[in-house]
Amino acid sequence: MNDRFISFEGIARRYPAPGGAQTTIFEDLWLGVPKGEFVCVIGHSGCGKTTLLNILAGLDAPNGGVVLVDGKEISGPSLDRAVIFQGHALLPWRTVLGNVAYAVSSRHPKKSKAEVEEHAKRFIKLVGLEGSEHKRPAELSGGMKQRVGIARALSIEPKILLMDEPFSALDALTRGTLQEEVRRICRETGQTVFMITHDVDEAIYLADRIVLMTNGPGAMVAETVVNPLPVDRERTDLHKNPAYYPLRNHLIDFLVTRSRTFRDAVPADRDPRRPPAVTIPVPQPAESLRTVA
Amino acid sequence: MRLSIGARASVLSAVILVVFLLAWHIAVRGTTTGGPAMDPEYAKLMGLTATQGKSAMPGPLDVGAKLIEHARRPFYDNGPNDKGIGIQLGWSILRVAAGYGLAVLLAIPLGFLIGMSPMVSRALDPFIQILKPVSPLAWMPLALYTIKDSGASAIFVIFICSVWPMLVNTAFGVASVRKEWLNVARTLEVGPWRRAFTVILPAAAPTILTGMRISIGIAWLVIVAAEMLVGGTGIGYFVWNEWNNLSITNVITAILVIGLVGMLLDQMLARAARAVTFPE
Repeated sequence: MNDRFISFEGIARRYPAPGGAQTTIFEDLWLGVPKGEFVCVIGHSGCGKTTLLNILAGLDAPNGGVVLVDGKEISGPSLDRAVIFQGHALLPWRTVLGNVAYAVSSRHPKKSKAEVEEHAKRFIKLVGLEGSEHKRPAELSGGMKQRVGIARALSIEPKILLMDEPFSALDALTRGTLQEEVRRICRETGQTVFMITHDVDEAIYLADRIVLMTNGPGAMVAETVVNPLPVDRERTDLHKNPAYYPLRNHLIDFLVTRSRTFRDAVPADRDPRRPPAVTIPVPQPAESLRTVA
Repeated sequence: MRLSIGARASVLSAVILVVFLLAWHIAVRGTTTGGPAMDPEYAKLMGLTATQGKSAMPGPLDVGAKLIEHARRPFYDNGPNDKGIGIQLGWSILRVAAGYGLAVLLAIPLGFLIGMSPMVSRALDPFIQILKPVSPLAWMPLALYTIKDSGASAIFVIFICSVWPMLVNTAFGVASVRKEWLNVARTLEVGPWRRAFTVILPAAAPTILTGMRISIGIAWLVIVAAEMLVGGTGIGYFVWNEWNNLSITNVITAILVIGLVGMLLDQMLARAARAVTFPE
């Protein structure tokens, strides 16, 4: 059960195209995510990553197939699946505390106002926004707004955290610190995370497993790559690990060529239900020494 | 020293006012060099207009005196055709409040429905498009015939003219609430009522208030005309009655007062609109 905590089972999504035709975003897509795993989906824009996330969030419905979470078929949005939106999506007429408290009171409708605020403040503190509780989103920087979005999502203590390119609108420095905090929080709580990104380094740092999606329309999950880096990795030291460059090259190579050419040379034995799990071989230090010598 | 832009604007306003009042005063003042002497009886009959070339148009001083007179006794009541201007204004404001209040009660919930349901929006669109451009006074005979009460008919006319801007703006505001805010509510499993009051209403409030502000302006425009037709009481009736009395002084006084009250109503809603506007 636990190795398919989230299970996409043969889902399809099609949109009506002009002229009565249909555009197929993807067809017969299968993917499983174990409990407690941090999964990043990478692929080019337009490949259907966001559609995949929206279906898991329950905001969009597949035309075929089902999605199971914890063994149950999903039938719409749920408080068990919190979403961190790309454009933070804070309610601008509410304060920081008001935005987080809105989520908390949705999760715990019976809690008193004081209890809700106390609960919300705990999560505002967790993302380092203590002291800004009474500011409105318009008074916050982009990074702080996204922190509020993260606090709001975490405050409902969901089974799964869904993130749709949450850091793509931030500057590099802010993005780095937020990535570190998200990784710390998710590791501490053993959170299952499903994240969409097109940033290879973000995926390498955050993910336990990276899902590679080919270009759409008719996108496929080409393979899933197991992250060979140690779990206690530091963002700033990633490039010193011998496994880093082979992994990065593999991902870049996929984005540059294989995402485009994969469909022309689909392996004959490919089972769409079981996308291959790839492990990138780590070069042995001895070998590299020998090369130098 | 250069004055601030606000101070300079105030000075310019004052200059325009003084120039206008002076021009007005000079234009309507009488000339003592009248025509040939006429029979005193005939001169008495003809009045100052004929004998001294005095215009029937009152000057600013006459209007000023009248304003002070009204301000001293705003609420006197000497029978149906002679009531203080305060009483007349009170009636008009009461009618506007009633008609406008009814319009709010209908337009905002209906606007919500139209904004949330594209089907209802399309179904009601032809009715709104045809009824919206109709002058509210065109409803008056129909109202008089069906309601059979002139006061209630005036209220109905105010209702029908205030309803459209509020309806259209509410529907637009509700329909253009950002998808991402609605998605936040959906992922938090917020029920439809809570969603309406905690997401859609605050998001659409600035647009709704804009519609309410347009409506109050139109209602105040229309009440004068409606009361001229239905008669009895109200500032519109006052204007028409004073016209029949040939008291241009009172007509001008009423124009000033109508403008003043209209401005106050607009300011009230502008303040309310500012209170619900949120920066993004």
